[in-house]
This record gives sequence, structure tokens and C-alpha cells, in this order.
Amino acid sequence: MIKLEQLCRNFQVGDQVVRALDKLNLEIASGEYVSIMGPSGSGKSTLLNALGLLDSPTSGDYWLDDIRTATMGDDELAVIRQHKIGFVFQAFHLVPRMSAFENVELPMVLAGLSPTERQRRVKTALERVGLGTRVDHRPDQLSGGERQRVAIARAIVMEPTILLADEPTGNLDSKSGREIVDIMEDLNRQGLTLIVVTHDPAIGRRAGRQIRMEDGRIAKDGKREQNGEQAGPESIA
Amino acid sequence: MRVLDCNRLALGAVLRAPLRTSMMLLATSIGVGSVLLLTSLGESARDYVSGEFQSLGTRLLIVFPGKTETSGNMPGSLAGSVERDLTLDDARAVQRSPNVEILAPIVVGSMPVSYGGLERDTTVLGTTYDFMAIRGWEMGSGEFLPDVDFDRAPPVCVIGRTVKKELFKEQSAIGNWLRVGGRRCRVVGVLGTTGTSLMIDANEIVLVPVAYAQVLFDVSGLFRIIIQAKDRGDMAAAKRDVTEIIKRRHYGEEDVTVITQDAVLATFDGIFDALTRALAGIASISLIVAGVLIMNVMLVAVSQRTREVGLLKALGATRRQIIALFLTEAVFLALFGGLAGLGVGYLATFALDAAFPDFSFTPPLWAVAAAFLVAIASGMFFGILPARKAANLDPIAALAGRQS
Repeated sequence: MIKLEQLCRNFQVGDQVVRALDKLNLEIASGEYVSIMGPSGSGKSTLLNALGLLDSPTSGDYWLDDIRTATMGDDELAVIRQHKIGFVFQAFHLVPRMSAFENVELPMVLAGLSPTERQRRVKTALERVGLGTRVDHRPDQLSGGERQRVAIARAIVMEPTILLADEPTGNLDSKSGREIVDIMEDLNRQGLTLIVVTHDPAIGRRAGRQIRMEDGRIAKDGKREQNGEQAGPESIA
Repeated sequence: MRVLDCNRLALGAVLRAPLRTSMMLLATSIGVGSVLLLTSLGESARDYVSGEFQSLGTRLLIVFPGKTETSGNMPGSLAGSVERDLTLDDARAVQRSPNVEILAPIVVGSMPVSYGGLERDTTVLGTTYDFMAIRGWEMGSGEFLPDVDFDRAPPVCVIGRTVKKELFKEQSAIGNWLRVGGRRCRVVGVLGTTGTSLMIDANEIVLVPVAYAQVLFDVSGLFRIIIQAKDRGDMAAAKRDVTEIIKRRHYGEEDVTVITQDAVLATFDGIFDALTRALAGIASISLIVAGVLIMNVMLVAVSQRTREVGLLKALGATRRQIIALFLTEAVFLALFGGLAGLGVGYLATFALDAAFPDFSFTPPLWAVAAAFLVAIASGMFFGILPARKAANLDPIAALAGRQS
């Protein structure tokens, strides 16, 4: 359960203050599938970073599962990220010198879980993303689609409640992209809140709830529609 | 994060950057190795000198005229007291002390000696029969100076090997008359002992009876009296005794200095200790340089792995965890460098040992431990800045590969 109240995030660019997020109010229920779209600079990445607690808002409040996060310090936020939020990035962000297994294991190592528990969870997570084999391969020995699967396994291995994906298919061909989206939607059906930031209207349209950002504000917040009416504006981006 | 995991992650980062790691290994090992090498040189010099002293026997007392330390007294000229010579009579009186086993009065100087048409300048040392026992010298052929009263001056001499070879060539020296200064004396023996100890070269010497030397050099005093005490355990008593005897003979004036061999040894020990420490200090500069290098390498690592730091933060790593990871990595670099340095240092000293069998090169344990620990400590110290830099990165910027 996510609740934003009057959330602002300002950046100082030269003499100017840019309002990347402007008095944003937003509620996302557990288990929702939300896509965030909008032109470059509309604030959608800033919103995702704020939701992922990577960035602290300038003002306003953010309640995550009834925890008020806006007043927390870096290390407290780190612990909440660790347990509640999984990230999937456009550039995968796998550690190149570590095997797939070690990459998936990493959040649990930071959390201090026991090696046997880690072993078990890595296996389950990799199976959930359909990557049972090749666990000993390093990222440079894997295809793009496989890398993103490893990244998703890493994102869910701590059993978070929210999965945040920032252009998850941006570096993939369309076939691998579709597979990745399928995997994430599968996880969403199993109860995980899924929030996807994307430029790609074909992917954005799949979400049960579609949010459109413009100038740091929510321009549109609607349920999925069967026809292609909403495809128009997105294609401008 | 578990300690073991922290070590494993840091070790992984170290081992999977072999070029970087081997550069660091080289730098740190040169530092540690040079500490080992230089301190072992210092120690070897000290061992050599103290070995020289030990060879004199440890019951040695040396008496020489004059006071090396100022007492509270008025200067002699004002008080009307005159520094007296150390005389053969003093030596004879000291000889009677129950604490003294044997002694040898010494007069020394340089003088031309000649035989046939050949002449050379050499050290002429006047002493007595017991000199040989005190110094532990050996005869090559013939006999040493005769065991006669200190006052008697039979015209005989004992010569060193080089003197013998230079003046007498292949012919026998014993029984021949050697001209020493303006006088002649008969060669009764040739020394077997060679080599230099305490600045006296046994090869290049002519030994004559002490009274004869006094005549040769036209002196009434002695240069030194060397005394072998009866009991090793009570050198202090012997020293007191000797001082007291001579003081009494010099009308209550303590105008001689008595030193024990231990005191001389302690002085040299002090000098060489200082030398070794100075060498260790110089060498440890290279350890600091290695530390700065570790800092550079880690700073580069932080900028190369900016995205990784961002990722770690996104995955929930705290500041402390990131500091721990990078610091551990720096310490591993220093640790491996230190170990390699021990290898390099010991190899070098073994090589020196093999090349110069007369000396023994062993790095002192304190230097080994200190070099190793300083290496690790400098890795830790110089690792702090890069680790803090990593921990302070903004996660969003870091994920995008930006440092700020």
C-alpha cells in the first residue's frame, strides 16, 4: 500500500528550480499493476525513484505500508528498500564479476541471511523467472533477456511487496521484452505490486492502471481500456 | 551482512582484478621487503661488531688515563692538581688486587721497522706476556714475549704475518735481528692470528716488551691497561677495586677511566640500534607510499564501480556496509602485498646471506612484525577516504554512472 500526499521534489538547475514532482497525490493498493508513462522530463523517473526510496522528497509525505518514510535517514530507508522493494533496471545492473547465482544472492548477503537459506531462495527465485540452469554463468556469458531474468530474480529474492521496473525492456529485443513483461505480470498475479515506468505504449497499455505524467503532475490516471484510444498521446513521447 | 560474506565479496573484487591487484602487490611488497632488507643489514652490522667484542672475552676491563666524565671538581690547573700518567707501577699494584686475574699494560705507536734493505712503517705495541692470553691470540711459530717483570726490557719482538712476509720474504724470521726505530731486537715469534679486531691488525704489528716500547717512544706513561677480571659475575666490584687502587696511588685523584667491555658493547649496541631503527624508518616511507597507492587504486575502483555502489544502495546496503566492503578490499590488497613483501624480504636476505657468508643477515622479528602491521594499517588508513567516498555516493546518480 503506497500513499503519496502533496509530494514535491525540486531540483536546482543553475538559477532555476525545477519542480520534478509537483504536489503529487497518489494511492496504489497492494497487488496493483500500474504503468507510468509520459514524455521525457515529465517526472516519471523521479516518481519511481521516490517510490523506491532512492530519493528523498523536498516536501510532502510518503506512506509505505503505513510507515511514514519522509522523515527517515538514509540507513533506515536502506533497510526498508531491502525488505519491501525490488528494482528492475533498464541496464540490468548486474555485477559483472559475479555469477548469476552470486548476483541473485547479493541482497540476501547484505541482509545477513544464512548461506543455506540463501541457497534455497536463489534456487526458487531463478526457477520463478525460468532460469533454472546457467546459474554459474557470469553476466557477459548471458543474453540480454537472461540478464534481465537474473535481475528480476534478484529483485524478488528478498520477497518484497513492490516491484519497481524502470524501462525494463528498453535494452531488449521485442521477443525478450515480451518474455520479461510476462514474467513480471506473472509475479503480479501472485500478489506483488508492480509499477512499470516505460516509453513503450504497447507495454504501458497492459497495466491494469495507467498513469500519465506531465510537468511533474499526474495528467491522467485511468483503468485499462480495450481499444487503442490512449495510444495516441504516448506515441508523441 | 556477515563478516565472512564481507570478506568473500571483498576478496572476490580483489581476485577478479588481477592486474590491479598485482600492481598493488608489487608496491606494497617493495615497501615491506625493503624494511626487512635494511633492518637485517643494520642488525648484521651490530652482530658483527658485538661479535668482535665477544671475541675479546667478557671479563675485560680497560683502564686509560684521564677522566672522560667531568666531575664537579674545579679544573685541574686552578686546584693545583695535575693529571698523572698511568704507570707500570700502577699496573703492578692493580695486578695484586684479588679481583684481577691477569693484566697487560700497553704502549702503542707507529714506527719504521726494517730488516736488510727493506723497511716499512708499522704499529709497534709494547705489552707483556699475559697480553696473548687476554686477547686469545695464537702463535704461528716461535714464542710470545717472555714472562718477565714489567720493568725488564729484553730486546725481543714478535711480529705479525704481513710484517714477516714483507721484510723476511721466504726466509725464517725467528732469531734474526729486526731494526725497530733506532734500536734492534731479536724476533722470537711470528703470530698465527690474523685479521683485525678492535682496530688492531694482527697482521701488521710488531710486539715488544712494554718497558722496551717506553724507551722506543720515550714515554713514561702507558696508553692502556687491559685487565681480565677473575669473576665474570662481579665486574662492577673489579671496576671499583681497580679505580680505588689507582686513585690511592694518585694521591686521591680519580684521574683514570675504567670501562668494562659491557659498557663499550652497550654503547655500540645503542649506536647500531639507532642505525637499524633509522633504516627501518627510511624503509617505512615506502610503506606509506604504498598506502597512498592503495588509496589511489581504491579511488579508481570506486569510480569504476560507481554503478555497483548505486546498485548496492538500491539493494539496501547501509553506509556502514559499503564502507566495510571497500575498506576490507583495501586491507586485503595491503595484506597480500605484506605477505608478498615478507617473501621478497626473506628471499633478498637469503641471497645476501649466500653472497656474504661471513655476515649473517636476518631481519629482526620486531621489524618483520612492524613492517607487516604498518602495511596493513596503511591499507586501512588510506582505504578510509575511498570507502567513505563510495558510501557517500547518491544512489540515483551512482546508478546512472555519475559520481555526484
